[in-house]
Amino acid sequence: MAKLRVGVVSPEREIWSGEADMVIAKTVDGEIGIMPEHAPVLGVLVEGGVLRVKRGGESDLVAAVHGGFISVANNDVSILAEAAELGSEVDVAAARDALQRAQSSIEAGQEDADIRLAAKRARARLRAAGEEV
Amino acid sequence: MGAQLRLLRRRIKSVKSTAKITRAQELIASSRIVKAQQRMQAAVPYEQEITRAVSGVVSNTASVDHPLTVEKEKPTTAGVLIVTSDSGFCGGFNANILREAEALRGLLEERGIRAVPFVVGRKGVTWHTFRSRTMGGRWEGFSRRPSYADAKTIADTLIESFKEENGIDEIHIVSTEFVSMLTQNVVVKRVLPLEVVESEAESSDTIPPYFEFEPNAAEVLDSLLPRYVESRIFNALLQSAASEEASRRRAMKSATDNANELIRVFTMQMNQARQAEITQEISEIVGGANALADAAAGKE
Repeated sequence: MAKLRVGVVSPEREIWSGEADMVIAKTVDGEIGIMPEHAPVLGVLVEGGVLRVKRGGESDLVAAVHGGFISVANNDVSILAEAAELGSEVDVAAARDALQRAQSSIEAGQEDADIRLAAKRARARLRAAGEEV
Repeated sequence: MGAQLRLLRRRIKSVKSTAKITRAQELIASSRIVKAQQRMQAAVPYEQEITRAVSGVVSNTASVDHPLTVEKEKPTTAGVLIVTSDSGFCGGFNANILREAEALRGLLEERGIRAVPFVVGRKGVTWHTFRSRTMGGRWEGFSRRPSYADAKTIADTLIESFKEENGIDEIHIVSTEFVSMLTQNVVVKRVLPLEVVESEAESSDTIPPYFEFEPNAAEVLDSLLPRYVESRIFNALLQSAASEEASRRRAMKSATDNANELIRVFTMQMNQARQAEITQEISEIVGGANALADAAAGKE
């Protein structure tokens, strides 16, 4: 079976590239699964989503992806993230800390878009690292 | 005589310490160029992908009708983003940029368009404040290591002003393009309204893919275009950072060379002066001794 060529890039660096059997990402419409020979798609990704790349034989590649796009054409999948982090690179303690801070300020009543965003991002990072949130 | 010698010694000492500083700056700049180039290269994949995505959307949707692509019929104001450096010691880097920006300003005014400068880098900001020109926006402190967040802040301000009813109608960038270690060119580009052009003509045997959009074309375009502008600005910042270091290295190299040449000339002059002094002393001693000998001979 044909394979997907996947590239995960952020503005500052290329985060990962390689071959895969399936890519699962979260767009604003909901989760989308891409397998080889998928029709060309251009989707907007949500803030604080988790990207899953299934590779035959190897364990899944998981990354926290914050905003950006997914574009699929001719078995080329590119994830253009505004910011992204591989699950294996996530600093779990720091992410937990960030989540806690965001949650406590939400509880304290000062809830604005920035704090909600911070909480979302922290949650995505933790999920990508395989932690329970 | 002795005074001239002392003077030369003092000058040599001062030139030597200057040469040490410029040499150090040169070395720092050369190591920074490498880093800046790496950062430039790291940003290439994202830029390529986003350009591909934009041209994909544009070639798919029959009529692109988005506030960011529509050209106003009578543009009255243009925003000019001028990318300069924060620190000096980089030769003609900033002067070149500002000259080009002034030329662009003249061109725009000929067309009856008012140019509003948006300035990045302390040098450009000082230049504008000194001439008491009003700036649409100013950013300082990251010219050597621009991050994507910096580019985003700039893009947000520009796009905000672009969308306003009485805001700017065009956005131009004046920045330095990094061609190689030896060549950097000042370039002027128009970013908005977006010129809808296909990226490099794709080979005719591949049919451009017919994209599906999630959730729909308008919304994808809505979030794609600002990202595209951000990425253009980020690219300009990165190139400018690399160019800044390259021209700093060049300026510091010629300063070091000049200092070494000065040291050579001064050392020669100093040796000459010292030799002249010694010769004179000898001739004085010899003359004195002769006079004494003559006097002694005369007595006998």
